[in-house]
Amino acid sequence: MTAALRTQTGVLVEQVVRRFGDRVVLDHLDLTIDDDELVVLLGPSGCGKSTLLRLLAGLDKPDGGRIEVPTKRAIVFQGDRLLPWQRVLRNVTLGLRGPDADDRARKALAEVNLAGCEKAWPKQLSGGEAQRVALARALVSEPELVLLDEPFAALDAITRLRMHDLVRALRRKHHASMLLVTHDVDEAIALADRIVVMNNGRIGDAHTVVLSPADREASVAREELRAALLSDLGLASQH
Amino acid sequence: MALLVPPAPAAALARPRDVFLPGDFQRHSRLDTLRRRLRWPLGVYTTPVAILIVWEFLARAGVLKPTYAPAPSDILSTTVQLWRDGILGPDLAISLQRAGIGLAIGLAVGIVAGVLGGFLRTGEYVFNGVAQIFNTIPLLAVLPLFVVWFGIDELTKVLLIAFGAGVPMYLNLFAAIRGVDQRLIEMARTTGAGSWRIVSRVLLPGALPGFLVGLRFSLAYSILGLVAAETVNADEGLGFLITTAQTYLQTNKVFVGLVIYSILGLLADQLVRALERVLLRWRPSYEAV
Repeated sequence: MTAALRTQTGVLVEQVVRRFGDRVVLDHLDLTIDDDELVVLLGPSGCGKSTLLRLLAGLDKPDGGRIEVPTKRAIVFQGDRLLPWQRVLRNVTLGLRGPDADDRARKALAEVNLAGCEKAWPKQLSGGEAQRVALARALVSEPELVLLDEPFAALDAITRLRMHDLVRALRRKHHASMLLVTHDVDEAIALADRIVVMNNGRIGDAHTVVLSPADREASVAREELRAALLSDLGLASQH
Repeated sequence: MALLVPPAPAAALARPRDVFLPGDFQRHSRLDTLRRRLRWPLGVYTTPVAILIVWEFLARAGVLKPTYAPAPSDILSTTVQLWRDGILGPDLAISLQRAGIGLAIGLAVGIVAGVLGGFLRTGEYVFNGVAQIFNTIPLLAVLPLFVVWFGIDELTKVLLIAFGAGVPMYLNLFAAIRGVDQRLIEMARTTGAGSWRIVSRVLLPGALPGFLVGLRFSLAYSILGLVAAETVNADEGLGFLITTAQTYLQTNKVFVGLVIYSILGLLADQLVRALERVLLRWRPSYEAV
């Protein structure tokens, strides 16, 4: 039965359990992400979103169940996590091997609109620039799965909107499964192919988003989706 | 235009306000410029130079007796005299040689042990307890023991300096490697960097600030060890110079030795500062006002 479900690409999570002491954070959770699909995992803080992401990244092991992910994967963390003692270019080449590493890193930096910043020290970058370097560092290895852990949460609203545009542009060039963890409903609507809401350690409702970029900004469908998501999160009474 | 200017009510005057202007916008009087130039004209050396001037003045005025503290000019002329007599040169050379060899041994052992202890749990268990015990043993207290063990020759002196230099290097390097931000190591692992990459690009550069702190202590303690070692059965070296001068109450010669020790300390500090400037450029540091 499991053999039929198994995918060659993307992500497959089956009945995964993760406990911290007595507290069950992930309770027989199931999730699949298709090839080239961007899934947004939405939930209040402390609901286990980051725990799931760390499991997918292989930074942590599940207490039960099964997880299958591509070997070529990359993470963008909430903080930029740049090495302060390496210049931008060397930060991007951290996981690369081979003589063309520098060229690939330059190209990745150009993709996130940071051409010319190769020689800068991380301390000279703004928050948005540093996070773009982190994005370039993740994408430079051409991963099949990109995990984004509230990557734009620490950025200001204007920078965040620019980052959303950038993510959309990058998705046209890089074909990878993506899982974006966030607690921001608007961010979820702006970027997702599918939004899954996490509740009590499980994936609750899923919403497939088939809206044009313009409709994601403002439309009746968008408002309906937003209301549905808020209701899933238990915030419906406020609207 | 006049309409755009709000009327200034009398109440507004009572509330204090700050006005910020570009730095060079403020007019400087000639006095200001002069004062700025006079303020710390020699940087960190201002205080030592000021003390020397006061000292010289007091000595010339006869407040300080030459047997207590000879004038700096006297110390300088004694230094020149000793150099010309061919006493100071060889003494200094042998002292520097001892310090150099001792430091090299101490740093080599401290760095190797520190790296092993920092990276490997086994290394930690092997070295850490011993280093912590050594750390609390004063140099001067082990000196008699070293004399019994290693005799009264060069070996004791070199080993004492190595002991003084090795222990702080180990402790600082160990703490620095263990103190590298765990989140950065985790991030490096997720990029697919291999172990060697993580060591060379994350752990070692991350431990560099702590390494330089260790180096600073090692240099200082090696000079301390040098002083202690050279008081034992030395027939040449700076310590010997001081001990003999002390015997004959030649205070000016004692001061020559002290001055040279302090200059060695100053040079060591400058060396580490230069290394910090080059190696720690990446670090956003506090610029004192």
